[in-house]
Amino acid sequence: MIRVENLRKSFGGQPVLKGVNLEVNRGEIMIVIGQSGGGKTVLLKHLLGLLRADAGRIVVAGVDITELRGEALDAVRRRYGVVFQGGALFDSMSVFDNVAFPLRERTALGRAEIAERANAKLEQVGLGGMGEKNPAEISGGMRKRVAIARALVTEPEIVFFDEPTTGLDPVLVNTIHGLIVDLHAKFAFTAVMVSHEIPEIFKIAQKVAMLYDGRIVEAGPAEAIQNSPNPVIQQFIRGDPEGPIHLR
Amino acid sequence: MTTWAARPVDLVALVGRAALSLVASLGRFGTFFASAVAYAVTPPFKMRQLVGRIHFIGYNSLVIIVLTGAFTGMVLGLQVFITLSRFGSEAFLGPAVALSLIRELGPVLAALMVTGRAGSALTAEIGIMRITEQIDALTVMALNPFRYLVVPSIVAGIITFPLMTSIFDVVGIFGGYLVGVKLLGLSQGTYFGEMKSFVDLGDVTTGVWKSLSFGVLVTWVCTYKGYHVGHGAEGVARATTQAVVLCSVLILVWDYFLGSVLK
Repeated sequence: MIRVENLRKSFGGQPVLKGVNLEVNRGEIMIVIGQSGGGKTVLLKHLLGLLRADAGRIVVAGVDITELRGEALDAVRRRYGVVFQGGALFDSMSVFDNVAFPLRERTALGRAEIAERANAKLEQVGLGGMGEKNPAEISGGMRKRVAIARALVTEPEIVFFDEPTTGLDPVLVNTIHGLIVDLHAKFAFTAVMVSHEIPEIFKIAQKVAMLYDGRIVEAGPAEAIQNSPNPVIQQFIRGDPEGPIHLR
Repeated sequence: MTTWAARPVDLVALVGRAALSLVASLGRFGTFFASAVAYAVTPPFKMRQLVGRIHFIGYNSLVIIVLTGAFTGMVLGLQVFITLSRFGSEAFLGPAVALSLIRELGPVLAALMVTGRAGSALTAEIGIMRITEQIDALTVMALNPFRYLVVPSIVAGIITFPLMTSIFDVVGIFGGYLVGVKLLGLSQGTYFGEMKSFVDLGDVTTGVWKSLSFGVLVTWVCTYKGYHVGHGAEGVARATTQAVVLCSVLILVWDYFLGSVLK
């Protein structure tokens, strides 16, 4: 579904991605782990077409999006749903309007149908009856759930999650992860998530890829990564300050 | 020896870099406006966003426009009456107030007031949307942020600035009337009668052209600064200050050039 080949990106002469290779199959949950500031979000932004690669190739559903612009890139983006790190909810709109917005703007559905779908999605993330609230009036965990509802309301084929549980307490982290697993089982989307919630992510990931020093050092089934003999992966999973990982 | 020889070269490189950076910024600024114009004349048009921006820039600025218009007219009425009375020409108070407001003070002061109230808010709002990834969210939804944020703001500027200026002018003329007629004893007929003789359509169209161009200028600068904001709260604060300062300077400079052309 998604193939990244030898992706390179530098900012101001500082290389961040030094040749990333990654493959995500249709319908699987792939979680990219790695150090803070290690380029996970940069990688995600390339997949979303928000950043241009210096070199390499990104192929999504058979379409090479590396050089795509304008309407051609938008055609691929219409297959996406995205949950941003901070939620990126439109603060000038209510919770309901945030969720209904992609339907209003991207589909020809009638008002009643849009309301029905948006409310159903809010129910699925456990926020039924909260539609009239403003994003500023709800908690961080609720905002993340609204962001998930908004990302899924158009029933996209591919959903990207940029650290969807950062800053939440352990109970909420597991609640959000459980929600993602439930929704994935229901809608069978392909999910690419960037996270460093160790060890929680091993409960929900089908595949895990470790990004270190601008490259994917290992990618594979969650269990295989968890038991990998690679000292970088083991140090990261254990959170050990001693080891081959250079602190940033 | 090497440092001596290197210094002029460094200086030239420094000036060259600054010049290149300036040209690149002007290029980005121009391209930004060209993109906005291209999206403004091609569908889909975002009417709901346009109405929201008209409300935001125009309706929400009404109180400050009425207040500043009234006091500008009153100050003009007082000062011009004192000056004219030295020459025994108090009868020309009406045309003097009206011409000053319609040709010059109305468009300029209304634009400065709207810049301070709505322009700064526009930059801050778009800037915050940028740093909180709301603009990225629009982009990845395959919805063009220009159509939602920039185009409605510029079109709303074109619509609201002449209206705000007209209100400023009318309120200002009545402010001058209050001081000149009700306070200083000039006759009502003289105040308005002489105005009709001296103010023609050319003066009104000069004011309208000025306010239209200020509408474009202010919304262009403010949306650009918000769209290309730096990082964090400091970046938003800097962009907002730069937008207000740049708009204020450009309004006065552009007013001079337009005043020279539209005689």
